[in-house]
Amino acid sequence: MAKDQQQKTRAYKIIGTPRPKVDAYAKVTGRALFADDIMLPRMLYGRLLRSPYPHARILSIDTSRAQALPGVLAVITGADLPQKFGILPSSQDEYALAIDKVRYVGDPVAAVAALDPDILDEAIKLIDVEYEVLPAIMSIEEALAHPEVKINDEARIGNIHKAVSYEFGEVEAGFAAADYIREDWSYYEGNNHAPIEEHACVAQWEPNPSDPAGGKLTLWSSTQTPHYVHRELSKVLGLPQSHIRVIAPNVGGGFGGKSDPFSHEICACELSRRTGRPVKITCTREEVFLIHRGRHPVKMWIKTGVKRDGTLTAMHFRSFLDGGAYGSYGIATTYYTGALQTVTYKLPCYKFEGIRLFTNKPPCGPKRGHGTTQPRYAIEVHLDKLAHDLGIDPVELRRRNLVEPYTHTVNGLRITSCALGECLDQVVERSKFHPNKLAAAANPHASNGSVQYQPAIKRGLGIAASAYICGAGKPIYWNDLPHSAVQIRLDRGGGVTVYCGATDIGQGSTSILAYIVAEELGIQPERIHLETADTTLTPVDLGSYSSRVTFMAGNAAIAAARKLKEQLFEVASERLHVPSESLQAANDVIYDEHDPGVALPFEHAVQFAEARFGALVAAGSYAPPEGIHGDYKGAGVGPSPAYSYSACVAQVAVDVETGDLVVEKLWLAHDVGQSINPLLVAGQVEGGAYMGCGEAVMEQQIFRKGLHKIPSLLDYKLATTLDTPEIETILVEIPDREGPFGAKEAGQGPLNPVIPAIANAVYDAVGVRIDEVPITSDKVFRALKNLAQGKGTELQPTPIELSSPWPTRLISWQHNGSQGEDQSKASHVPVQGGVS
Amino acid sequence: MRQLITLHVNGERHEVAVLPHHTLLEVLREDMGLIGTKHGCELGECGACTVLIDGMPVLSCLTLPLEVQESEITTIEGLEQNGKLHPLQETFAELGAAQCGYCTPGMLLSGAALLREHPHPTREQMKEYLAGNLCRCTGYTKIYEAVEAAAQRMSGGDEQAIRPAVEGYHG
Repeated sequence: MAKDQQQKTRAYKIIGTPRPKVDAYAKVTGRALFADDIMLPRMLYGRLLRSPYPHARILSIDTSRAQALPGVLAVITGADLPQKFGILPSSQDEYALAIDKVRYVGDPVAAVAALDPDILDEAIKLIDVEYEVLPAIMSIEEALAHPEVKINDEARIGNIHKAVSYEFGEVEAGFAAADYIREDWSYYEGNNHAPIEEHACVAQWEPNPSDPAGGKLTLWSSTQTPHYVHRELSKVLGLPQSHIRVIAPNVGGGFGGKSDPFSHEICACELSRRTGRPVKITCTREEVFLIHRGRHPVKMWIKTGVKRDGTLTAMHFRSFLDGGAYGSYGIATTYYTGALQTVTYKLPCYKFEGIRLFTNKPPCGPKRGHGTTQPRYAIEVHLDKLAHDLGIDPVELRRRNLVEPYTHTVNGLRITSCALGECLDQVVERSKFHPNKLAAAANPHASNGSVQYQPAIKRGLGIAASAYICGAGKPIYWNDLPHSAVQIRLDRGGGVTVYCGATDIGQGSTSILAYIVAEELGIQPERIHLETADTTLTPVDLGSYSSRVTFMAGNAAIAAARKLKEQLFEVASERLHVPSESLQAANDVIYDEHDPGVALPFEHAVQFAEARFGALVAAGSYAPPEGIHGDYKGAGVGPSPAYSYSACVAQVAVDVETGDLVVEKLWLAHDVGQSINPLLVAGQVEGGAYMGCGEAVMEQQIFRKGLHKIPSLLDYKLATTLDTPEIETILVEIPDREGPFGAKEAGQGPLNPVIPAIANAVYDAVGVRIDEVPITSDKVFRALKNLAQGKGTELQPTPIELSSPWPTRLISWQHNGSQGEDQSKASHVPVQGGVS
Repeated sequence: MRQLITLHVNGERHEVAVLPHHTLLEVLREDMGLIGTKHGCELGECGACTVLIDGMPVLSCLTLPLEVQESEITTIEGLEQNGKLHPLQETFAELGAAQCGYCTPGMLLSGAALLREHPHPTREQMKEYLAGNLCRCTGYTKIYEAVEAAAQRMSGGDEQAIRPAVEGYHG
């Protein structure tokens, strides 16, 4: 089969070939318009006043002095937009502007529209807010210890936003069957996405007195999810969705940080409606750190049972998430911390307990790897420790437990293609991975004659593996509608226009649509005009989150293109006197595959088809298949039509005297199924490797006295060219049965193995475990000091002591049957718990 | 109170009425419509607003227009000449060095200055020179490859030697 696939790959004209993105030339010439680049006639500027306190009651707001300032056209407060919203239907806990209470430093309180930014500066200072400062909860531990300080009414008990508890299979029996059991605590501090483009939007209200809704609204916003913003705007503004148009222009990076509907978007719309003029709001960098929605800080406990040969017998995993002040995607995040453990390694039984807590910090949400990055770090380090305890090669331990393709996991997830074994083989071979090989090696860079000081550098290699979803199997709000749809229009001049809601945030989703349609219709992608991410013009795509776009919009594009191709082939068949089955489309002609000289140019085929069928328009849509998950409550988070797999080897150098840690090289193999454009896939892998590396050793999310300590790009350490290691990318291409041309995701998965690979490499280099991310040099130094003083090899976080039982009912669930091939519909017996 | 000043931008002479406390970034974008120059921090931290002033990369968010009236300012709009792209613009597009494209104008201008100073830069020279331009998408690898390819193209070298470093594995 492998050989057939390889031949098939070569037969593609467009798919699998490196080529520029369709918007590449707009981007390298500065022509590409981003939200803040939009300047409309009579446009006003808007800004939000944000809370200076992490937790306070609003006693009064007086906007009269700001209102009176010349050049100020509107000032609004929470009372003007009293409808709650939130990205998840189950977490409707945000106001566009705070009502009664502020819950983090940065919580918006008022919004102003004025003629220019200088007037805004002045006006913001003239809004008088009287606060009663409340005690602030700034950590997971404080949130658990102080239920009496209630931050958010969404929490049913104390500050617990969400608690979940699951048992899959017989976990007690699994541990009883183990020869060896290990437990570990670890902590992942969390971080910000820091896209280089700050969030920005322009709202334009066009009044129409004869329209009962009063007019129509257009919002251009740097969002990853125009569809969800559309829905939430309608709700908060009380306008029908039919009267709102949300457009994502070019988006300057997102990484999950532009996936929520935001206050500044809603306020820009309301200010525009009140003033009758366009309003632009552009966040400052500090605001980007404050509105956040970044990676959750998570403290984790993990216990695993193994046989002597390394076979896993049971796993019990607990996660404690610091959610910040609001819900955001947090319920999904909580589930994600436990859902994908089973997707990499075969677990005969598995217990997962997760809890998300509200704190008085910027709200956390999804960041690249959404909720799976933290547990992946914990698990891969934990497995490395298990391998060392057992004296087994860490690669061998992983190989022994790999999931098999086309099976189901113990928590009911359907696995399709899986090339994790190949990924491991590739990184091991290319890095010549062998633990402890480098630690004793001499330092090749230490012989700089001009430097007197000779650092004692030790090197090490670490390995880790991971998996990620190719799109969430369920939409954010429950429905049976397609997740993605594509419409294609052919015109008699040979023009092709593709319409799709897919939102290009730099990952190349617009280009992917062009390549796929071009491959199907046998034309060059440059011929195609693309209209994307526009809730009025384009059919829906749920958004650029959960690594879903190539898979879902790609399949929708194939479906739409095939309908048109059928019409073109029908007329071509008649004209050429060749049966349809023998026709091929490539290089802008339709031809007889047995006699390529018998051919019809694409334009002519379009004209004949238009004469025959009328206007040539076709649509295709995609929804993930049924039966890819269990039937317990909460089973909707984790299922995906396919999973991508990644493996990483990291090489680090550690100065044993100072703790200075340098990541020197990353080898990253990614199972992408089939590259639609290998250049873009490699770009995603390299970007993921870079971002993971920064998270592993540099990026900090720390607070002091309720304040974000480093809300700037100077102090918040993003990896520059000087900090980024060499990255060797290996694309593993074994097509998935359901992916478009066999493709799977690449946007998020490759980040996940990087962090634990680096952590494991540090241990390999100097024999200490830093069980806390980021692994900064001061922690390495502390651990080395502890090691020298005989205080052990591990720098573990303080365990969380729960004073009461896990605060939710256990749901036990058994998968009926073994991990067999493609059980289309497994039947399930909820043993206990059920719907809570 | 606005002040009338003369700026030389992309080979053109412009009389612009500016607020004296506004930065070159604000004047280029807001007063002159040169929105190809981007901003990511307004505090001199990210490099997105890089322009060339007399050929040297400078952060326009930390520059006052009043100070550069005598200088030649080049923005991304001036990197192409009469519709012909600079070789770096070509190779950035061809080799996937621009993902979201937001840091790209600044990166390209720093890259163009780098190639003027070092027509065949080593990776170390590139890293030093581009360290002030943050990119959050690419991991910089494709950017180095594009700079190398442009260096080859500008010296008429063998471009076949420069291919994207993507290695495939077909099981």
